[in-house]
Amino acid sequence: MTPSGFNLRNVVVVALLVALVLLPIYVALSGERFVLTLFTRIIILALAATSLNLIIGSGGMMSFGHAAYLGIGGYAVGILAYEGIFSGFVQWSVALGASALFALIIGALSLRTRGVHFIMITLAFAQMAYYVIAGIARYGGDDGLTIYRQSQFVAPLDLSNKAQFYYICLALLYASIYLIWRLVNSRFGMVINGARSNDLRMRAIGFPTYRYKLVCFVIAGTLCGLAGALLANYTAFVSPSIMYWTRSGDLIIMVVFGGMGSVVGPLLGAVALLVLEQALSGITEYWQIILGPLLLLVVLFARGGIDGLLVQWSAQVRS
Amino acid sequence: MSEPLLQVTDLAKHFQSVVATDDLSLSVADGDLHAVIGPNGAGKTTLIAQLSGQLMPDRGGIRFAGHDITRLPMYRRSRLGLARSFQITSLCLDLSVLDNVALAVQAHAGHSFHFWRDARREPKLRKPAQAALERVGLGERAEWPTLVLSHGEHRLIELAMALASRPRMLLLDEPMAGLGPDESARMVELLRVLKREFTILLVEHDMEAVFALADRITVLFCGRVIASGPPADIRADAAVRHAYLGEDAEGAGCG
Repeated sequence: MTPSGFNLRNVVVVALLVALVLLPIYVALSGERFVLTLFTRIIILALAATSLNLIIGSGGMMSFGHAAYLGIGGYAVGILAYEGIFSGFVQWSVALGASALFALIIGALSLRTRGVHFIMITLAFAQMAYYVIAGIARYGGDDGLTIYRQSQFVAPLDLSNKAQFYYICLALLYASIYLIWRLVNSRFGMVINGARSNDLRMRAIGFPTYRYKLVCFVIAGTLCGLAGALLANYTAFVSPSIMYWTRSGDLIIMVVFGGMGSVVGPLLGAVALLVLEQALSGITEYWQIILGPLLLLVVLFARGGIDGLLVQWSAQVRS
Repeated sequence: MSEPLLQVTDLAKHFQSVVATDDLSLSVADGDLHAVIGPNGAGKTTLIAQLSGQLMPDRGGIRFAGHDITRLPMYRRSRLGLARSFQITSLCLDLSVLDNVALAVQAHAGHSFHFWRDARREPKLRKPAQAALERVGLGERAEWPTLVLSHGEHRLIELAMALASRPRMLLLDEPMAGLGPDESARMVELLRVLKREFTILLVEHDMEAVFALADRITVLFCGRVIASGPPADIRADAAVRHAYLGEDAEGAGCG
């Protein structure tokens, strides 16, 4: 449960949300353009992690193939641009539609299994998609595909403007977080919560849980497809590596680090992880030796991740 | 006479070489409290699991309220008005008590593809749930996390959930398992009230409770019905005494 009202945790969260809105102003004043680039990437991956959290955090469905949707969304943009279709409306619709369809098929098959089987099946399907994409020579195969023009929208919108693109990503992230917050507290969300907690019981009281979980799976996949479309525009390049299984692992780490099941957890996790990665890699090239144990500590001692720690501290401050 | 509410015909289920249900037939009349008793391993929970749809039988048929439900999935049976409580407490422990019961209300209030409104603020779900909790005496625990309540209270939440789904029939799997004497007495009183409103199939070890509550009793032994009738007849039945009621119960094996 997320506590409401004025407390340490909410102050931190709101401060972060506001700071991200003000970030381009800081960049304009300081001239540190790489900060904007770094945070655009963080925002996009936070969106992907947020979508993943809907299934692993709220739904208890441990998908290990979530990066597949990053790839599908990214390649929808890349392939259409390669074929001369630059309209963002078309590209993004295809990105969302293809991700939704992929999620529907994968979900329909994998949700019949549980536990380790579920993890392995989602992983297997994602790897299959990876090899299929890597095998298409026309679109660059292993080497990937350069995107020469960003998705084109109507007049004032211009994705090649770095600040504007940042704000588009941020707006989409905030909208998604709000949407998911509504969703997890709705009737639908209650069923998903219940199914995570006790699927058998939910079926016994009359819920066809499979259907609800499938819809949840499709929503999460679609949202991650959107992140993929953004990522392709960000790097102006797509390669199969964006859907490799280690990328799915990265997303899981962000969710766990930030706080599974908390709507802002994945954002906290993405910011903390990627900023740490950036800072540590500036200090030593063996930065993973520091980051690894840190992650371990969070997993061992803070079951709710960063957000869980913040909630605990808020409670201590109050009492 | 009209058709019984629940009719089980020649039901059979085995797990590898173990016969759990052996050509079992049983009928429960509308309005009755029908108890199923039998020693450990007699197949009582397996029977409940098949009635509720958790397990599919190998053979035989189950009719409920005029429908053939033998192959229906769990949620469809629940929709027809067959509510089940679990022997081992089976709740959503990380949700609040009221959330658990409200979910039981929600399950019978149309589909749940509503993505926007806050379900915890819907009086249509919360009020009946609160009412069901009051009936079992847990009204004041509504907002508590389910995890921190006692075992006895969990049993009562199970019952509140069954009530909140407004069933035609309750399948109660050992509602008194693990309860202390006071809690048991309270549960018996509660069941005495509930049997006036619902048809109940009660699986229970507590003989005192069974003989106090039941209109009919069926005795299972090794997956078979060895006796069925009013409590007085069962008490007098020699086969039952031999198989179950204290006499040589420890030494009795299937075969």
